[in-house]
Amino acid sequence: MALIGEHLGMAVAIDDLDTPNREFYTRCGSGMLHLQACTACELLRYPTTTACPWCSAPGYEWRPLSGKGAIYSYCEVHHPIQPVFRAHLPYQILLVQLDEQIGAPNEHDGLRVTGNLVTPDGELAPEALVRSVGIGTRVRLVPKDIGGGMALPQWAVDETAEQAKPWRYPQE
Amino acid sequence: MNATDINATDIEATAPKHLRGKYAIVGVGETGYTRGSGATTRALGTTAVRNAIADAGLTIADIDGMLSYNGNDSVPSTAIAGDLGIRLNFYMDCHGGGSSTEALVGMATGVIEAGLCKTVAIFRSMNGYSQVRVGGTGRSTGRSALSGDALFGRAFGQASAAQSFAPAFMRHMYEYGTTPAQVAHVKAIHSEHASNNPKAYYKQRVTVEDVLASRMICKPLHLLDCCVETDNGNCVIVTSLDRAKDCRHVPAVILGVVGRCSKPRLDSYYQAGPITTAAGAYAKDILWANSGVGPEDIQVTGAYDAFTFTTMLQLEDYGFCKKGEGGDYVSSGVMRLGNARPNNTSGGHLCEGYTHGIAMVIENIRQLRQDVDDSCPIGANGRRQHTFDYSEGGCRQVRNAELTANLGWATPTTGSALVMARGV
Repeated sequence: MALIGEHLGMAVAIDDLDTPNREFYTRCGSGMLHLQACTACELLRYPTTTACPWCSAPGYEWRPLSGKGAIYSYCEVHHPIQPVFRAHLPYQILLVQLDEQIGAPNEHDGLRVTGNLVTPDGELAPEALVRSVGIGTRVRLVPKDIGGGMALPQWAVDETAEQAKPWRYPQE
Repeated sequence: MNATDINATDIEATAPKHLRGKYAIVGVGETGYTRGSGATTRALGTTAVRNAIADAGLTIADIDGMLSYNGNDSVPSTAIAGDLGIRLNFYMDCHGGGSSTEALVGMATGVIEAGLCKTVAIFRSMNGYSQVRVGGTGRSTGRSALSGDALFGRAFGQASAAQSFAPAFMRHMYEYGTTPAQVAHVKAIHSEHASNNPKAYYKQRVTVEDVLASRMICKPLHLLDCCVETDNGNCVIVTSLDRAKDCRHVPAVILGVVGRCSKPRLDSYYQAGPITTAAGAYAKDILWANSGVGPEDIQVTGAYDAFTFTTMLQLEDYGFCKKGEGGDYVSSGVMRLGNARPNNTSGGHLCEGYTHGIAMVIENIRQLRQDVDDSCPIGANGRRQHTFDYSEGGCRQVRNAELTANLGWATPTTGSALVMARGV
């Protein structure tokens, strides 16, 4: 049976055979972000893969992460392609660098997770909030329930963190 | 000329040096660049291939190889060959976008060298405006359930090329202080070039201020930072230099190719850094070594302009300037016709039309023939009498063009490139 869910009116269906993604989204549904860790070289990876991108070994185990990170880059969508996003403009696509494994295995590598800026309850951020964050803003995981026991990893401003002034696109 | 030593590495180029200068592009064909072609991709492709064969001075019977690329939005070689009565000894249709033309030119030299066929037509046909738009609209998969890779992109409203690449562009501004105005010069300069290209879809000149005042699509990309979407078919014909001598035009000799060279994480280009570095940083070590020339030798570039930013990143990563100084390079005027190294003299994808790269190769072939199809008068010998007056509506021929480079882009993680020289 495929895992069936729904996000912003879009159907989600994760096939029986797609074991890594079933695990990824149901583990996120349990409240914590988990990533695959290679059983040979120990390195974490994102997104889900069928072997280790760093050493090619097939074996992995799931490891929980802190769910904390900082915005590494972003873009702000003002013209949507997908109709379901029309009601949420502008929305922000974030590239969040997780606190774990920064600069490994190589100097400029990192676990950079794609997501949206959301409110603490998981709704896409309103414009004022979108305009307040930028590169460097500390964020925390918000697992957004999408049904079927699954959650989508989304990101909210981390209220507990010390926030420096973020870098924003210069032409506002 | 000397091989480049920029970021010299111990990478040994993979193509045998003896292929350098052994093959050439002898024919180019186009349909024109429209919105609303009123024709199928099959009809557009047929026209482009037929035009290219005629341009080369070849006959249908001379073509025995065919290569094409598409994104599940077009017609295969079998249909075009069938319609034109071409019997093929070799053909292949592959999935791909902006990193395909140059790679397929390299593949054509390989299959000819291997004895599989003698003369190869490479085409791309697309109704990129009136049928399947690259941004994702008009494609039925846009409404299918999120599963697999789509969960890591489309679920977050990251569906189009702009939305996928923009984090790399934004980070470049953060890391290097690149400004919106610097990058906007790419569009302004390409629009000047397009104003001298009667075929261009957008012939109107625009300024840096126009770009910055255009509405935001996906910050940092304004509307005018993004390429045009058009309907068109295009074709180039590759054969051996020996056979090229019997063709109509001065051949564009293939010096070197790098094909679909990639960064470490082909599946997710933001995991392997720096994310502001594109595949060109790897590709350059093969391209320049294979070609036997370096960026300092190149007179005309065709740096892929799906977006203003892609042109800048490609020029940086192939070593036309130092990493991080792309903003200075593209705003310095060096890329403008009449200056040291014009880029996309047709107006490129930002202005002429969107072809997934092949039209930029065609433009450089025409530059090397020193017979670009601008509005200059045609003389008694049937050739254009180029004035080298680059004002609006004027000439777009580069004086004494002898050496060009095309820098193709698929995503930040994959690129292809081609160096061509004017033959005799």
